[in-house]
Amino acid sequence: MAIEAVDHSHWSPLLGRLWWDAIPPDPIVWVTFAGVMLGGIALVAALTYFKVWGYLWKEWFTSVDHKKIGIMYMILGLIMFIRGFADAIMMRLQQALAFNGSEGYLPAHHFDQVFTAHGVIMIFFAAMPFVTGFMNYIVPLQIGARDVSFPFLNNFSFWMTTSGAVLIMASLFIGEFGQTGWLAYPPLSGIAYSPYVGVDYWIWSLQIAGVGTLLSGVNLICTIVKMRAPGMNMMKMPIFTWTALCTNILIVAAFPVLTAVLTMLSMDRYLDFNFFTNDFGGSAMMYVNLIWIWGHPEVYILILPCFGIYSEIVSTFCGKRLFGYTSMVYATMVITILSYIVWLHHFFTMGSGASVNSFFGITTMVISIPTGAKLFNWLFTMYRGRIRYELPMMWTVAFMVTFTIGGMTGVLLAVPPADFVLHNSLFLIAHFHNVIIGGVVFAVFAGINFWWPKAFGFKLHEGLGKVSFWCWVVGFYLAFMPLYVLGLMGVTRRMRVFDDPSLHIWFIIAAIGAAVIAAGIGAFVLQVAFSIWKRKELACDGDPWNGRTLEWSTTSPPPYYNFAFTPVIHDIDAWTDMKRCDVKAPKAGFLDIHMPKSTGTGIILGGIATVFGFAMIWHIWWLAILTFVGMIGTAIVHTFNYDRDYYVPAGEVAEIEAAAHGQPLPAGA
Amino acid sequence: MSDHAHPNPHAKDHHDEHGGSHGSMRDYVIGFLLSVILTAIPFWLVMTHAIADKGTTAIVIMAFAIVQIVVHMIYFLHMNTKSEGGWTVMALIFTIIIVVIALSGSLWVMHHLNTNMMPMVHDMGQLP
Amino acid sequence: MTASTMDTMTNATAHVASPEQRTAAFYELEPHHHPEGASTMLGFWIYLMSDCLIFAMLFAAYGVLGGNFAAGPGPKDLFELPLIALNTAMLLFSSITYGFAMLVMEKGNVRATQAWLLVTAVFGACFLAIELYEFSHLIHEGAGPWRSGFLTAFFSLVGTHGLHVTFGLVWLFTLVIQLSQKGLTQANKRRLQCLSLFWHFLDVIWIGVFTFVYLMGMI
Repeated sequence: MAIEAVDHSHWSPLLGRLWWDAIPPDPIVWVTFAGVMLGGIALVAALTYFKVWGYLWKEWFTSVDHKKIGIMYMILGLIMFIRGFADAIMMRLQQALAFNGSEGYLPAHHFDQVFTAHGVIMIFFAAMPFVTGFMNYIVPLQIGARDVSFPFLNNFSFWMTTSGAVLIMASLFIGEFGQTGWLAYPPLSGIAYSPYVGVDYWIWSLQIAGVGTLLSGVNLICTIVKMRAPGMNMMKMPIFTWTALCTNILIVAAFPVLTAVLTMLSMDRYLDFNFFTNDFGGSAMMYVNLIWIWGHPEVYILILPCFGIYSEIVSTFCGKRLFGYTSMVYATMVITILSYIVWLHHFFTMGSGASVNSFFGITTMVISIPTGAKLFNWLFTMYRGRIRYELPMMWTVAFMVTFTIGGMTGVLLAVPPADFVLHNSLFLIAHFHNVIIGGVVFAVFAGINFWWPKAFGFKLHEGLGKVSFWCWVVGFYLAFMPLYVLGLMGVTRRMRVFDDPSLHIWFIIAAIGAAVIAAGIGAFVLQVAFSIWKRKELACDGDPWNGRTLEWSTTSPPPYYNFAFTPVIHDIDAWTDMKRCDVKAPKAGFLDIHMPKSTGTGIILGGIATVFGFAMIWHIWWLAILTFVGMIGTAIVHTFNYDRDYYVPAGEVAEIEAAAHGQPLPAGA
Repeated sequence: MSDHAHPNPHAKDHHDEHGGSHGSMRDYVIGFLLSVILTAIPFWLVMTHAIADKGTTAIVIMAFAIVQIVVHMIYFLHMNTKSEGGWTVMALIFTIIIVVIALSGSLWVMHHLNTNMMPMVHDMGQLP
Repeated sequence: MTASTMDTMTNATAHVASPEQRTAAFYELEPHHHPEGASTMLGFWIYLMSDCLIFAMLFAAYGVLGGNFAAGPGPKDLFELPLIALNTAMLLFSSITYGFAMLVMEKGNVRATQAWLLVTAVFGACFLAIELYEFSHLIHEGAGPWRSGFLTAFFSLVGTHGLHVTFGLVWLFTLVIQLSQKGLTQANKRRLQCLSLFWHFLDVIWIGVFTFVYLMGMI
């Protein structure tokens, strides 16, 4: 790997390490920077010209409405997903070009940053915001609640996540990003081998975003535990809410580990501690051990809510209750626990003895059992169901096929002797993209197509959605099946140039696959834009799919208080139950509704946190101290505000309900 | 998992909404006295080397620590199975499981790695 | 919509006759009291559990690195048990005085609550002072955290606990001021209960620290 050869030792009290040498010496970055700047200026100008700043601030940035925060998470995820995908395309192109003596077009220093940034962004700033966004939007609606337990905290969590994303984006233009791979193993990530700001950007963007993730985990657990509508006991909860509960339990039990490990690495880097150093009794292997104690639950944090999304979609589009609801719940719980005892399979080759390796190999194979049970549940739900192949269902079927292949290669990797051959090869890369794209990304598209009508009151265009779907599925197989082959041929990950010309064809196929996926992303963006344009034609009522859970009992989009009257639950598929019993929503007798007030504290704290992170990265100590005190001060000042809620008068509720029901009524109302 | 869903925003009775029971003077005093005793004994054991065998001492003071943690949980943190519909206890048990897995797992794994990968002597006393 | 494709399921309310009765069975029509902050204690407890895991990681690091002296000093060369006993006493006293604060809070006595909180703060500050003295003494002797893996893990674990106590003190003083301003409102009582959990939780961690780090090191 490239070790920074340029001297970056300049430091001044005022600007820390920030100096002219922070401008990356790379024309590709300059062009990107110019593009981003022009686009940014155009966006700011447009927002100013159309005078929407006030609207954005009042209705979105300071909003504590879980639905708006959920949508903002999705937008953040989408932006970062496109950034991460740009990194992917660059890598595929580089690897397809760098043959026959060619060095490709990316210098080593840049290539190493690209693969690091790709991994970090896709996991932390694309996948995590996506699943958090879904959970935020859907869970309160599914359980018949008006908001989450801690609405302010929800807003604050979002801005902390965004703050981390802003820092990682800043690293593109100011200084550099880590060149260590997405988990920054020491000693490479230690100060001796990564002396400049790359790893510090990595540490602080994750540390700040991690605060947001943890708090939103606490928030959603409390929401699910305490805010369920009357009658909804645990075994009547919608399955997506169940998976959200288990996911958030995993978040709360895993992210502190990441926080601790990142702090230890920072101590090594900033204060010369010896946690993971080569000498003075540090142990780099301890880092690998600790970070995977977080890292393995993390993959289940990503996939569990996606399982929930698929479950809701399968039962909706098959017109049947989910097969094996109870076994689904228990499978989810078993995965929650088991995900904590498999972490060593990420480093079988590090040198543990046979007993340790076989223990973790077996636990890893065991975890595929509850996952397999889930697949059978989905299949049995489809069996003799009236399947409607609408877009969400298409994504779900593609998931079931793709994820099964990915799962099987995962079981292969779980066998320690096989892993000694395949470890850190492109086979591994193919495996985890197979489960993460096939599992998480497909779920995101399935979920967006499924719940978009709920959030905005019109469906997404089906034709363009199908183009996007087929490009994605075909592109995925083209891009990643060659990597399995290459992995079996012994090609390791993170290589920049290749000598063996016989490998070339596989990399070219993979690059073509990436291009097809790019077309799929383009089609998706077009689908959204076109649907917004044609929203009158695509308009729908509150229940466009003949849904089964409570979110479909509201209008589309739901009023900000979600439910004028709290529903009472008698059955798992509460809305189906209501429809079958032909229950009419009350039209009169509205009551005052208790709601939380918007607050700007969240975005202010997020902003200060961004500056604090920047100051720490660049060793601008005075600014770091100032912003740290500022954060604590702002938080304390916030606690002096006791006036945090208000009542929506019954009259206003009646007006909103009347206006909503003037439009097409939600089915059954 | 068969708790009767507690629909909090509409809870008709919310006498138990704030983390359950509060301690009484008696609880606090009992807790304090117990914790003083449970602290003093292990300190005494170590400072006076009352038990000759080191391994036994270690096990005994660990046992005292566990008992004292339980005492604190009951008398100071007022843990009981009823508060918050049992969710606090459930969270605690889950956390203990994860802590035990992470701690014992790390020690086991790292012991293996250390013995297999870099047999080194760190203790000055063992240096020639 | 048709119910024919549905699986068989029991339904308690299907037999209810009139539309009004069905509506009443499926919606809450009566006004209900909304207790404020009903999730706060559970939420804070869950946060504490996550904090517990941070300490678990630091304990794990100490367990693994605690024997790596790098030819430097070990526990027996550095620790002074009488000092640790004194420190532990400070924390135990602060616990019982916080308990007294909670008891007078229940009685609704603002002044007494503030007084006991401040007594707690004095003990907490003494604990911190002793810890800082110990740290400076160690660093002065050339046994700073950069000296060895053992000292790195030691300073991090004990220091993180100390930082928590410091944060608890900041919080405590904030609450004393808020009690002066608003008195023992429901919100303030809830905050005092959260701080109570936090403070006693730090005790529990300290039991682990003095047993696992200090006593085990001196056997």
